[in-house]
Amino acid sequence: MRAAAESYTRRLERVSLAPLWNTSTRYRLFVFFLLAIVAWGVYAYVVQLRYGLAMTGMNDQVNWGFYIFNFVFWIGVSHVGALISAILRLTNAGWRTPLTRLGELITISALLIGAAMIIVDMGRPDRLLNLLFYGRFQSPLIWDVIGVATYLTGSLIYLYLPTIPDFAMIRDRLRRTTSTIKLKLYTFLAVGWRGTPEQKARLDKGVKIMSVMIIPIAVSVHTVVAFVFAMTLRPGWDSTVLAPNFVIGALFSGMSALMVVMGAFRKFCHLEEYITPKHFKNISYLAIVLLFAYFYFVFVEYSTVMFKFRLEEKELFTLLLVGQSAPWFWLFFTCAFVLPSVLLLWQREPTIPRLVIAGILVNIGMWVKRFVIVVPSMEVPLMPTDFHFATYMPSWVEISIVAAGLAGFILLLTLSAKIMPVMPFVEMVEEAEEKHAEGKEEKHVQEQHPVRRRQGV
Amino acid sequence: MQEKNKKINRRDFLKRTAGAVGLVALASTPFAVFNRVKGAPDNPLATEGKPDNNASAKSKVRAWGMVIDLRKCDGCVTIGISPACTQTCINGHFAPKGQEWIQVYKAELPGGGSSFMPVPCFQCENAPCVNVCPVAATYHNEDGVVLVDHKRCIGCRFCMSACPYHRRFFNWGTVELPPEAAFAEYSPLYPVPAIKGTVIKCMFCAHFLHDGKLPFCVAGCPMKAIYMCDFNEDVASNGVEVVILSRFLRENNAYRYKEDLGTQPRVWYIPGHGEQFGRHANDTRELKPVNVPWGGATPDQRLGLWPWDKPDTWTWEANPK
Repeated sequence: MRAAAESYTRRLERVSLAPLWNTSTRYRLFVFFLLAIVAWGVYAYVVQLRYGLAMTGMNDQVNWGFYIFNFVFWIGVSHVGALISAILRLTNAGWRTPLTRLGELITISALLIGAAMIIVDMGRPDRLLNLLFYGRFQSPLIWDVIGVATYLTGSLIYLYLPTIPDFAMIRDRLRRTTSTIKLKLYTFLAVGWRGTPEQKARLDKGVKIMSVMIIPIAVSVHTVVAFVFAMTLRPGWDSTVLAPNFVIGALFSGMSALMVVMGAFRKFCHLEEYITPKHFKNISYLAIVLLFAYFYFVFVEYSTVMFKFRLEEKELFTLLLVGQSAPWFWLFFTCAFVLPSVLLLWQREPTIPRLVIAGILVNIGMWVKRFVIVVPSMEVPLMPTDFHFATYMPSWVEISIVAAGLAGFILLLTLSAKIMPVMPFVEMVEEAEEKHAEGKEEKHVQEQHPVRRRQGV
Repeated sequence: MQEKNKKINRRDFLKRTAGAVGLVALASTPFAVFNRVKGAPDNPLATEGKPDNNASAKSKVRAWGMVIDLRKCDGCVTIGISPACTQTCINGHFAPKGQEWIQVYKAELPGGGSSFMPVPCFQCENAPCVNVCPVAATYHNEDGVVLVDHKRCIGCRFCMSACPYHRRFFNWGTVELPPEAAFAEYSPLYPVPAIKGTVIKCMFCAHFLHDGKLPFCVAGCPMKAIYMCDFNEDVASNGVEVVILSRFLRENNAYRYKEDLGTQPRVWYIPGHGEQFGRHANDTRELKPVNVPWGGATPDQRLGLWPWDKPDTWTWEANPK
């Protein structure tokens, strides 16, 4: 029994710390590929800075486009951290341990990309600091700035705190080598962690406080993102239910993003033993609940508007359901509701590809949904022009920058796997030891093995 | 915790300092947060339109507004020119191509037929654009005119999304203007030359008003359909006649566009379809496009949809006539 536990620990160490010590050629190529896309996006942004936003497809009527709805999308994806790390930690869901750090990493990467999208959208990025010098608290945009900044800071702390023992562990391992810069870096990051009971108690307290605090912050962030739209008088935006709708949609898309990222890390970091079909299934149960909750909110929002059918709303919904935006709306409906509900509910083997595909579909659907929220509402004319609709087509600059945003998101995740273990290593070891101490070792091993058999052969 | 002989240790010191700072911040919140930016007294540019001398008529606080008599507006179709209000405004402000700060829309009449409706910025009293601006770059000046400080605007275009009348425009790129525009001195009251990456709109020609001059569109209207008015003085004038504002509005069934939104526009309309100049409601003559002799900050300046496109291979039109 004892031997089994130790071999589990050793295996865990070998697998989860491997990316920190070794860099494969494939990894380098992948990073290079992502960097190339990001560089192209930077070039596009330089072009945009030179010629102004005239390089985008936006116009005086559809004055928000690709950048804004990608901002909303990324902020949505970022919500997974709060749900996985905070809510599941508070409810003592034991299975979440290997996923917590992934969730927080997704949160931080997505927030950074989302914030970048907003800056890219500004006509005068050189005046960014005016937000600090002249910011007025009455403006929903300032609420956004405060909300996103707070959520980013909170998430960074919440990522960092549980990682301290891991940094200390890496520091101790590095003592054997001679890499002084790395050693200094990790000594700094580990802030003198010795694993004493007092340190552990303090850390535990800090993590608990953060996990409570991060939930209202996360909810407020997407609420104020929705307020940017809901505080205006545009058809489709002028809606009371928009903020809760955004929050649920954000959790839904974040959960699906997690399924995809889990699948990728499982495959490329060989985490088959730790991120099991059981994890995918648990996540998928959450996703099913969120799918139906989101469907309910969308239903409520659309039905209350469509019953009354005020003139501008009527034009908007004609545009959405049968008009020029109909392909997008129905693509959203299929990708976010129809296909995933089949894939999530129809519990067939193999579990993981099924759920990863569902996750990808939901993310496509939710991305399109952000487009459906932002652009058609602005295409509806508000002045009497025989209802001539404006049109919007993203330009190559916008597409390049948005693609660079996606590449940047993956790049941030990929690079962070080099800095810290993607699973909370020390915590998992401690949990395994606790289980061993409680005599649950047998069960634990049995839980792991069928999976390995299935995967390994 | 062990006894420390009433000495303040570091932890307690930090705790108390944080508490004190928090209390002070909380106490000062009402002053900082609820100090509504109206007339923007902290904005030095807000008072720039004030004339230098202290003649009482000139320094009086006004409540500028506009009355547009649609019975007189024929969209300039009966005299066969492009809408003169828009054209004069463009010429006077060097408005970038594609921007019609006062724009003539064609609206349907109950019972068929059409009327023309010139739409400047409504200078709403409860202006959605002012309410959403994150940096107070758009604000009411003391005369109730909504101005934009183009040297503060960050170009987020939130005000454009918030405006329910499409009355705001964006300088998407570098504006190509004639050389004489370079002599203009920029002020929020007369935003020439337009600054790239900022939002721009009609500002009621507020630089003229205190000197007793009429805005470009009022002066330029050949039918004298547009009246400039002062709600404080209860007087309106189109440059030819002077009327008592309240009576003029009351006796002619004046209305405000989209009154139900509660934005409280300062622009009133008197219903009609140009009948005073003989335009029949079923007249099919269309508006003539305005002439803009210079380039603009508009999307038709774009280099193209794709990196390899040449300029002008991809064109776009905001409101095709």
